[in-house]
Amino acid sequence: MTLALDTIKLSNAQIAWRAAQDIEDGAYVNLGIGFPEMVAQYTVAGRVPVFHTENGVLGFGPTPAPGDEDWDLINAGKKAITLKPGAAFFHHADSFAMVRGGHLDLAVLGAYQVAQNGDLANWSTGKGAIPAVGGAMDLVQSAKRVAVVTDHVTKKGEPKLVNRCTMPLTGVSCVTRVYTSLAVVDIADGHFVLREKLSAISFDDLQAVTGAELKTEGAIGDLVVPAA
Amino acid sequence: MDKTTATLADAVAGIHDGATVMIGGFGGSGAPIELIHALIDKGPRGLTVINNNAGNGHVGIAAMIEQGLVAKMICSFPRSPETVAFNEAYMAGRVELELVPQGTLAERIRAAGAGIPAFYTAASYGTELAEGKSTEEFDGKHYVRERWLKADFALIKAHTGDRHGNLTYRMAGRNFNPVMAMAATRTIAQVSRLVAPGGIDPEHVVTPGIFVNAVVEVPDPVQEEILIREGAVYP
Repeated sequence: MTLALDTIKLSNAQIAWRAAQDIEDGAYVNLGIGFPEMVAQYTVAGRVPVFHTENGVLGFGPTPAPGDEDWDLINAGKKAITLKPGAAFFHHADSFAMVRGGHLDLAVLGAYQVAQNGDLANWSTGKGAIPAVGGAMDLVQSAKRVAVVTDHVTKKGEPKLVNRCTMPLTGVSCVTRVYTSLAVVDIADGHFVLREKLSAISFDDLQAVTGAELKTEGAIGDLVVPAA
Repeated sequence: MDKTTATLADAVAGIHDGATVMIGGFGGSGAPIELIHALIDKGPRGLTVINNNAGNGHVGIAAMIEQGLVAKMICSFPRSPETVAFNEAYMAGRVELELVPQGTLAERIRAAGAGIPAFYTAASYGTELAEGKSTEEFDGKHYVRERWLKADFALIKAHTGDRHGNLTYRMAGRNFNPVMAMAATRTIAQVSRLVAPGGIDPEHVVTPGIFVNAVVEVPDPVQEEILIREGAVYP
């Protein structure tokens, strides 16, 4: 089963592309460190989202060319960034007032596990590593929409969409939509609701690699993305 | 009024063993490296250090840990590409860690500066970081009570300052610096450019001088990121 999934599953770039399609013009968006940052590369033509970074910048652009870095101008991942026209700087308390005050339209994060009630585990494996949380716990509680981008299963083939999280929680009942390597799943009223899936996988096979019931509401869309 | 201090050594002279010290910056951006290194030269022990991170490479806060100044770190993200110093000290039990969600850390500091002893935030509700803290429900949502976070000293980095202590910052180097300036008993700012009062347009002042006790000019400050890429070690 795992081998078969590997042949059909979306790449991280394709998952990021799909997530980017749901970002409206003018949306204020925070992208988590690492994989979620890729979403910015696939902004839909004609739409201008404004990206927020915890360390005090709204309206930043892509990484500068090597040699052009200004190390006072970085994102939350400590990577050099550039500014777009209309950018703004602010201090950390204002930055998290934007977060906590519900002013962000969307936060996109990675996940170890997402539960059907929207609980998210993404900050600690709970296995003795030095814990580091950053701004994740603030973001997941307060952004208007909290999306997760992730492989559908772990490297060992275990479901990442689960009945209940077994790893340390980042937040409770906070995730609203999950973009996986196989499907797009909403969380509504304590359940996973399947919105789109790859046509190459049957509903039953998708359910088999999902740790809780996939409910449906009307037709299930085809998850279609550009070739890798 | 003149809050300027001639040397970095004079600026940090009062920082004593066991002090709680806020240090501005996020990673290397806005980190007052010269003040930190002056503090290492002075060498107080048993410090509690408040910063978003826990040092990187072998300069700045990482060098403070390696030189044995730090007893406790209060931070949100003690992980960097080269967090060797903190990892070793933490695993060996030499440095204690208080992990705080980043927004909660910023607001605890701001609250201290604003005279607000406690506040509620949704961040960390239902997680292990909320264990032992009181919670309350407001309008159907659960919140965790958090206390203010004060310090004896704040070491901050600004771009332009005047002798009244008015400050502006450079780009994302602002980060924690303005809130830390508010929350410490004694705030010490290194500035890249010192100007006469009136040299900063009042419309542009970010940190009003009332929050600042000492200003020391450090023209052309080094960037922590550059030092780390060069493999620098302090001292």
